[in-house]
Amino acid sequence: MSSIGTGYDLSASTFSPDGRVFQVEYAMKAVENSSTAIGIRCKDGVVFGVEKLVLSKLYEAGSNKRIFNIDRHVGMAVAGLLADARSLSEVAREEASNFRSNYGHDIPLKHLSERVAMYVHAYTLYSAVRPFGCSFILGSYDEDDGPQLYMVDPSGISYGYWGCAIGKAKQAAKTEIEKLQMKEMTCRELVKEVAKIIYIVHDEVKDKTFELELSWVGEVTKGRHELVPKDIKEEAEKYAKESLEEEDDSDEDNM
Amino acid sequence: MSEELLAEPGWLSEEVKTGTTIIAVTFDGGVVLGSDSRVSAGESVVNRVMNKLSPLHDKIYCALSGSAADAQTIAEIVNYQLDVHSIEVEDDPLVCSAATLVKNISYKYKEELSAHLIVAGWDRKEGGQVYATLSGLLTKQPFAIGGSGSFYINGFVDAEFRKNMTKTETQEFVVNALTLAMGRDGSSGGVAYVVTIDKDGTEEKCILGNELPKFFDQ
Repeated sequence: MSSIGTGYDLSASTFSPDGRVFQVEYAMKAVENSSTAIGIRCKDGVVFGVEKLVLSKLYEAGSNKRIFNIDRHVGMAVAGLLADARSLSEVAREEASNFRSNYGHDIPLKHLSERVAMYVHAYTLYSAVRPFGCSFILGSYDEDDGPQLYMVDPSGISYGYWGCAIGKAKQAAKTEIEKLQMKEMTCRELVKEVAKIIYIVHDEVKDKTFELELSWVGEVTKGRHELVPKDIKEEAEKYAKESLEEEDDSDEDNM
Repeated sequence: MSEELLAEPGWLSEEVKTGTTIIAVTFDGGVVLGSDSRVSAGESVVNRVMNKLSPLHDKIYCALSGSAADAQTIAEIVNYQLDVHSIEVEDDPLVCSAATLVKNISYKYKEELSAHLIVAGWDRKEGGQVYATLSGLLTKQPFAIGGSGSFYINGFVDAEFRKNMTKTETQEFVVNALTLAMGRDGSSGGVAYVVTIDKDGTEEKCILGNELPKFFDQ
């Protein structure tokens, strides 16, 4: 549903006659140009998966991370302008750190996502600045409150989810996520499914190679957000590749 | 003789201190706080019925000692901060949050303030907890005592405290400790205020002087 907002789209401080702020919508388009990131909440934790497109063979593997640690128990996966996302991760870290300093315990994820969303929203009010061109997914695990997952988009709104996707293949990813019974799965099972979804939505034709970034936080990590260990990640990628081949085979049979 | 008649009464020039006995004890399922009620300015008793157990939130109280004004002001500020905090996080505050807020003020202004607050309460994550915040320190303890009267009962509480007492046993323990301290400390006295906090709510009680237990009193 794209329309030209000629004249009403020059600054975030202007509404269009049909009540839209075009600058914010353009910011969301910037997110849609980036590669996909997904986050899924299960029975005992949260798993993040990011499709990191490799634009040059000269890139060092594992650099340009798109999953950040905000405090020990919170992870953040981003899509959109990476520089904007890094700046927001610093904002989130400061919020979490100040909360711990003032109140003596881990920041509840809902509160953190509301605070960062408020910050993002502030940049949609003025003409002197531009909105942030990134969306991000926050996840955490706490013994008493369980796993939590929140997503913040450039308009400054935050929602809680059981599963969400951002980036170019978000529709396809959402369809795949909806097929899962995530409330009954454990993190170990979910890691494999997340890898599979990223492999499924990756477009082999338009984008060449990609690197899968996988992280989790849950009972299995005792509440700390960490990158998935190498051996589990390799197992998950193997499962993903094998599932893709199976589907390819079954397509051929139907012919 | 004439100099004595013209001398100013002590309570005009002496700082108002809650020379005090305060105590907070955890039990299986909550906490009990207790305090005496004497406020002194030098040798005068300025208030003999002051309640030194101040609410910070529905299920979190603090016990005041040291300078009366300093302690009360800290308690009021933290009460306000916890109100805002609990609305922002849409949940009851944790006892450790209340204690950290008190500690932050006590430490930042430790040169200007002279108050020791014991923070105690119940929250759904850790149950009953007691925190001591003497001059900006923060420790979690099974029980804590404070104030000038506390020195006289250190031995008593160390000998008689047991973990996981019942609610009634803990209330008795607190009242006994207060009575013994009030009996020996000149700056503590009056009535005993006792507050019990558990998952079902908060109960405030005032025990008058003649209802306090009797100890060896020849």
